[in-house]
Amino acid sequence: MARGIKDKVAILGMGCSKFGERWDCGAEELMVEAFSEAIDDAGIDVSEIDAAWFSTHYEEINVGKGGLPLSIALRLPNIAVTRVENFCASGSEAFRGAVYAVASGACDIALALGVEKLKDTGYGGLPGNLGGTLTPQWSANGSAPGNFAQLASAYRAKHKVNRDDLKRAIAHVSVKSHANGVKNPKAHLRKAITEDDALNAPMVAEPLGLFDCCGVSDGAAAALVTTPEIAKRLGKHNLVTVKALQLALSNGSESGYNSWDGSYFHTTRIAAAKAYKEAGIEKPRQQVSMFECHDCFSITELVTMEDLQLSPEGGAIEDVMDGFYDASGQIPCQIDGGLKCFGHPIGASGIRMLYEMYLQLQGRAGDRQLANPSVGMTHNLGGSPMSNVAAVCIVGAYG
Amino acid sequence: MVGITAFGAYLPRLRLARKAIVDAHVWADPALRGKAKGERAMCNWDEDAVTMGVEAARHCLDARATKPEVVYFASTSAPFADRQNAGIVATALSLSEEIASVDVGASQRAGTTALIQALAAANGGLYEEGIVIASDKRHTRAASNGELAYGDGAVAMTVGGDGVIAGLRAVHTATVDFVDHFRGTGQEFDYGWEERWIRDEGLAKIVPPAIIKALTKAGVEAGHVAHLVMPSTIARAVDGVAKAAGIPASAVRDNLHANCGETGAAHPLLMLAHVLEEHASAGDVIVVVGFGQGCDVLVLEATDALADHPKHGGVSAALASRQPETNYQKYLAFNELIALDKGMRAERDDYKTALTVTYRRRDMLLGLVGGRCTQCGTLQFPRADVCVNPQCKAMHTQEPHNFREAPAKVLTWSADYLTYTPDPPSHYGMISFDDGGRFMTDFTDVNVGEIEVGMPVRMVFRIKSIDHLRGFVRYFWKAVPARTATAG
Repeated sequence: MARGIKDKVAILGMGCSKFGERWDCGAEELMVEAFSEAIDDAGIDVSEIDAAWFSTHYEEINVGKGGLPLSIALRLPNIAVTRVENFCASGSEAFRGAVYAVASGACDIALALGVEKLKDTGYGGLPGNLGGTLTPQWSANGSAPGNFAQLASAYRAKHKVNRDDLKRAIAHVSVKSHANGVKNPKAHLRKAITEDDALNAPMVAEPLGLFDCCGVSDGAAAALVTTPEIAKRLGKHNLVTVKALQLALSNGSESGYNSWDGSYFHTTRIAAAKAYKEAGIEKPRQQVSMFECHDCFSITELVTMEDLQLSPEGGAIEDVMDGFYDASGQIPCQIDGGLKCFGHPIGASGIRMLYEMYLQLQGRAGDRQLANPSVGMTHNLGGSPMSNVAAVCIVGAYG
Repeated sequence: MVGITAFGAYLPRLRLARKAIVDAHVWADPALRGKAKGERAMCNWDEDAVTMGVEAARHCLDARATKPEVVYFASTSAPFADRQNAGIVATALSLSEEIASVDVGASQRAGTTALIQALAAANGGLYEEGIVIASDKRHTRAASNGELAYGDGAVAMTVGGDGVIAGLRAVHTATVDFVDHFRGTGQEFDYGWEERWIRDEGLAKIVPPAIIKALTKAGVEAGHVAHLVMPSTIARAVDGVAKAAGIPASAVRDNLHANCGETGAAHPLLMLAHVLEEHASAGDVIVVVGFGQGCDVLVLEATDALADHPKHGGVSAALASRQPETNYQKYLAFNELIALDKGMRAERDDYKTALTVTYRRRDMLLGLVGGRCTQCGTLQFPRADVCVNPQCKAMHTQEPHNFREAPAKVLTWSADYLTYTPDPPSHYGMISFDDGGRFMTDFTDVNVGEIEVGMPVRMVFRIKSIDHLRGFVRYFWKAVPARTATAG
C-alpha cells in the first residue's frame, strides 16, 4: 500500500477570479486575475515557481491546446507547464499534478491553475462534444442535463420515490445553494430563490428544470503548493495541508456491463473510500466539517451525498429536507454557492472548490465563514453518470 | 415454379391527417376542400427509404428464415445517388458480404421491375433465393397533389423456388417513354403533367394491352383474374383499365389511399402483400401492374402455402401500428420543406464523418453487431479487445454477436429539451439487453411521458444524424417502445 499524500503538501496561496458572464475579458485576463491573488496570498515571486499544471476542458472555444497559453499569459520563467484535461474534473487533475510534484521532491513550489472561457460560444449551456470519430456515429447525442437527469429515473425506480418528492428534494438542494451564493461576492448567481421558483422553472431535461442546472460561467482559479516545511520557512502559519487526493475513472463497466443500476456514481464511491482511507477518516458523517460537491445538477448533488457516505443509501432526500447540508446544518455543502451559483468554468472548478475549503479552514471566508471547520472535502466530477472521472480531495489543518 | 416465398411490410407510425394539409392550403386553393379525407403515412425525421426498407425486410426475413443470395433495392428516393443503397440495407440486415446486390430506380416501375428481375434470376437458376425490397419516401412540394396523394412505406419479398406462396405464371413489360412526370438529376421535386392526359393517353392505352399479353402468355382468361393490383392516384383510372382488359370490376383491389397513400415504387408490391394476406387464397390469379414509362405486368397464382404465411409483419399490422398526426408544421419540418431556425446546437451534426471508421466498424454501426466473450459468455456492445466483465477482462476472446433482435429494457432515461433534435424533446437513455449488454441509445417514435424505467424496447434502424454540408446520412440503431410483438 502506497503511503499516500497526507500532510506532505501545504497550500501556500490561492486565488480565484470573479465567476460569471465575463464579457469584459478573455481567458488570459481571467488567468491573471486568479494568479495575482494567489501569488499575493503566497507572498512569493513568480521566479520561485518550479513547474505549473494548467487545466482547461474546451480548447476550440477557449485558449487552444498545450501549456503555452498559461506560460505566455503569466510570463512564467520558462518552466515546465503541463496542460491537463479530464472533463469537468480537470481542475482537480491540475492540482494533483502540482501536489505530486511537490510531494516527490522534484519541485519546491508548484502552480495549479484552471481556466475556462465558456461565454464565447454564442448560446447558453455547454457546447456539445463529438468524442472522437466513432462515438458520434452511434452514441446518443446527449447534453449534460440530459445525461445527468437519467440519475433521477433510476434513483426513483430503485428507491421507490415518486416524482414530486424527488423534485421537491432537488429543489431544496438548489434553494440552499442560491441562499449561500448570495453571500459570495465572487459568485456568478447571487439571487435567492424559493422552492416554488425551482419547481416551476422551465424544463431543461426531465425532471431537471432551469434551477436544477448550474451556472455556465467564465472564470479561473489558482493554487500554489509547497511542502509544510517550506511554507513555515516562508513565515506561514495556520497551514492547510492535503490529507487525501484520489481519482477514480470508469472503465466501461457502468456503460457496458449489466450490473450498475444507473442511480449512483460507481467511481465516486471508489474515490471516496480511498480518500477516507488515505486521510484516516473512519466516520465521514461525523468527521467531515464541510464539503464542496460537484453539483452540476441538483440530482447529482443528491445522489452524491450517498456516494460520499455522508447520507445513508436511500437517505439523501430525508437529509436534504432536514437541512443537514444547509449552511446551518451539520455538514454545510456548497457554502460558497457551489457550481450552482458560484458557477462552473469547467477547467477551474476543482480548484475553485479547494479555494473555498482553504478560505474556510483559514477563517477568511467573510460573511459565509463557518464556525471552526477542521476537515474540508471537495468532490469534482467529469463526464456523465455512466462514464466519468471522479476526484475526491480532503484538506485540513496541518498535523 | 418460382415465385414469392414470403413478404413483410413497413409503414412509418405517423399518419398525417389529410385535413391538416388541406387546412393549411385551402386559402389558396379552395378545390382542395374535397381532398381532406383519410390519412397518409409519414416518416419520422429519422426515417428514409433505406431505413423503411430495412424494417420491411426484417419482417419478411422473420416470416421466412432464409439466406438470400441477392438483394434488390428499388426506390426513386434512395438517399445516395452514388453509394449503393442495397449494400447499406444488406449490411444492416447482417446478410453475408458474399451477396449480390442491385439498386433499381429512376421509375415508378422500379419495384415491379426488381421483382421481375429477381424472379427471372431464380427461374434461370442464377440464385436460389433473393430478396426484393421496395421503399419510397417521395419528396414533394408543399401544397402539391403528391403531398396529399403519396405516403411513405416499404415492402420486402423473398423470391425463390421452394415454399412458394404466389407462383409466377407470366410477365410482360412494355417500355414506352410516356412522361407523366419527371425529376431531372439534381432536382429536388417532380414536375408533372395533366391527370386527364395521363389517364386517357397513358394508363388507358399502355396498360390494358400489356395485361392482355401477359394473361395470354399465362394462359389465363381475363375473366378469371381474382385480384388486380394496380396503384394509381387518379380516381377510377384503374376501373377503366380493368374494364378494357376484361378483368371483372370486383377484382380491383384497395389502393390504400384512405389509410396510407401511394408509396411510390413500393406501392404495387405493398398492395400485393396486402392482397396476399387479406384477400387471396390458393388458386387465385393475381395481376400486378407497375406503371411508369411503360408498364410491368406480373401474373401470379396463390398457392396452398399462402395460408401458412405469418400475418404479424404484413401490411395490416403496419396499418394498425399508427400514431395519428395532425400537425402539418411538423411534417414540413421533418421533410425540410420549411427553413426553420434550428439553433446553433444543430451545427454539431455537420461534422465530417470518418469513412475509415465507418468502414472498420460497419458491422457495429450498420448491423448492431457487438461481441460475446468466449471465455465468460458476457454479451457486450461494442465488441472490444478486452472483455467488459470486471471479473473477466479476458483479451481477444470476443466473437461477433448480433443485438438486433435481442429483447431489452429501459434502465435510465430523460427527455431533453436542450440537445438539438428535429423532434424535441430528445429522448435518450441507457438500455439493458435481457441476456447481457447495454448502451446509451436514442429513443425514437416515443410520446412525451411514455418512457419508463423497465419498459421493454425493440431496436430499429434509423438515421442517426445528417451532415448537410457534405450530404452524408449517418445510420445507427435506436430503441422504440415494444408496443406489440412486431410493430415499429
